[in-house]
Amino acid sequence: MSDPKSQTALDRSDSRVRHDEGIPGAIRGFIDRVRSGDLGMLPVIVGLVLIATVFWSLNPVFLAPNNLANLLFDAAAVGCISLGIVCVLILGEIDLSVGSMSGLASAVLGVIWVKTGLPVPLAILVALGAGAFMGLVYATLLNRFGMPSFVSTLAGLLAMLGLQLYLLGSTGSINLPYASIMVRFGQIYVMPTWFSYLLAVLPGALMLWLGLDRMRRRAAVNLSNPGGLSVLLAKAGLLTLFLLFAVYYLNQGRGIPWMFGLFVLLVVAMNYGLTRTQWGRAMFAVGGNREAARRSGINVHRIRMSAFMLCSTLAALGGMLAASRLASSSQQAGTGDVNLNAIAAAVIGGTSLFGGRGSAWSALLGVIVIQAISNGLTLLNLSSSLRYMITGGVLAIAVIVDSLARQSRASHGRA
Amino acid sequence: MAESSSSPQPILTLRGISKQFGAVQALTDIELDVHPGEVVALVGDNGAGKSTLVKVLAGVHQPTGGAIEFMGQPVVLDSPGKALELGIATVFQDLALCENLDVVANLFLGHELSPWNLDEVQMEVQAWTLLRELSARIPSVREPIASLSGGQRQTVAIARSLLLDPRIIMLDEPTAALGVAQTAEVLNLIERVRDRGLGVILISHNMEDVRAVADRIVVLRLGRNNGVFTAEDSNSDLIAAITGATENAVSRRQARKLEEVDR
Repeated sequence: MSDPKSQTALDRSDSRVRHDEGIPGAIRGFIDRVRSGDLGMLPVIVGLVLIATVFWSLNPVFLAPNNLANLLFDAAAVGCISLGIVCVLILGEIDLSVGSMSGLASAVLGVIWVKTGLPVPLAILVALGAGAFMGLVYATLLNRFGMPSFVSTLAGLLAMLGLQLYLLGSTGSINLPYASIMVRFGQIYVMPTWFSYLLAVLPGALMLWLGLDRMRRRAAVNLSNPGGLSVLLAKAGLLTLFLLFAVYYLNQGRGIPWMFGLFVLLVVAMNYGLTRTQWGRAMFAVGGNREAARRSGINVHRIRMSAFMLCSTLAALGGMLAASRLASSSQQAGTGDVNLNAIAAAVIGGTSLFGGRGSAWSALLGVIVIQAISNGLTLLNLSSSLRYMITGGVLAIAVIVDSLARQSRASHGRA
Repeated sequence: MAESSSSPQPILTLRGISKQFGAVQALTDIELDVHPGEVVALVGDNGAGKSTLVKVLAGVHQPTGGAIEFMGQPVVLDSPGKALELGIATVFQDLALCENLDVVANLFLGHELSPWNLDEVQMEVQAWTLLRELSARIPSVREPIASLSGGQRQTVAIARSLLLDPRIIMLDEPTAALGVAQTAEVLNLIERVRDRGLGVILISHNMEDVRAVADRIVVLRLGRNNGVFTAEDSNSDLIAAITGATENAVSRRQARKLEEVDR
């Protein structure tokens, strides 16, 4: 740098700050973060271990490779809906109509494709378009009239449920053809073994490559590299080992569903959007302090519009994935616990209900927890009445954890 | 009363600016010129309309009457983005920072480098460089704003206003939350900014700070212009203009103190 006196890195000139170095430092930093209420992935991991132990002891089939593959098939649909919920939650808004939206999308798919016999891609586009339109309506109601999103989406919930029943009309449900690609995608198609192993190695390799590039660029401009090479190698190594084991285990059974692959792809894309683009920064800024975001020149109305449209469109996609999974568009699609499962998944995964905090990964992690509970309870032959009660309880616990973590963050100065 | 600065064309000219909030007339026929390389202090009692005027200039509120000229061109400041685009930067009294984002994200908010693949490394370098120029004491630019003290937040807010190379910078009570050294640092900064040829509008209740840096002192009272002064004018004249009477709380208090000393 230009200043000859500064041999220390640009970001290390303040002696009051403790800088964690190497792997012990990374672990110490993690413990500090958890203590101050920045829980990250911890609730998910604890939850999954707990769930796996309980259900496995009650019925060993729970951890069988084929059951886990089924779990991934089921997770994709609700996961997509949950990914959209993450978007609106980051803004501090909510969409309570995602269940109805998904049901409506499945009805649209069934009616256009099976009843009128038009091509599938057209049906999918119309359903996605309906989703985008509903998001636009919610955003406009909020932007123009200041209508709280929980009221407008509650109204939308009822209206779309009505439309779904109207579309399905006299038949009540439409069976989708079993031989079609759409249904096979939702029920049968799994990745080839070699491809799944390739995908297992890819994230670790990518992490290492991007991490090394980042370290090189930081070193070039005299910035320190917290953690350094050892932490990076440890992280990438652990991730790769875990993924290789998961892929190996799932390949003992049916393998990894393509539908789940599509969901993960969407999560990765959303994660890029939220963390690496100006749009994502604006999302978090609006969620954290709307007025400050506005004064920084961010178009708050447009950001809201993008979030609500993404949410409803992803809900429509989730509805169609669910329809292809069940091979039918029924009046029950999207009703019951779909709404709450999607919201609970996002919150369990670590996206705050209070806005300004969250990540795309929370949809992936949270939905696995939610599906694991649902799957385990089904294996135990428990009725849906009990399943609803337990899922409700889990959502309540997740929100309590979120609130407590938020209070703790506030008292530790972490927003 | 002082004559206006020698520079030929003002950066910013306000003519007859009015702002109404329902039945309340917050600003009435405000006239103001800011020239390049000039520090204009805006003083007045609570409720005089200073912060409202700042918000009008920042594009946060729209005036109900009057005209604004920027570099001789009539402009409409209908959004904060528009004001920033023209080169009017503002440090708000409530700072307007996002507590959930870190220092770098706040500094570059709305103006990130390479919007489709954020250049975090370059932004962090620029953040450190800028904060160093301001002699700021920020422990880490990767901590959320929530973990910073009031003074540190103030510094971040000021740094953010300078990041976009503005033509004019407005500071609403910039020293209210600051310690002695940081206050001096901010005053130095104001002078440095002025020497670079920028216009500065400074709002402060602290007459000492105002006299230290202001070329002109514009007094607002109950939403109206109430005289223009310089640092050389007497304190009692200035306070009379601010409070609206030669007989006021400040003068009465001084008179009482004098009596007590005489006794």
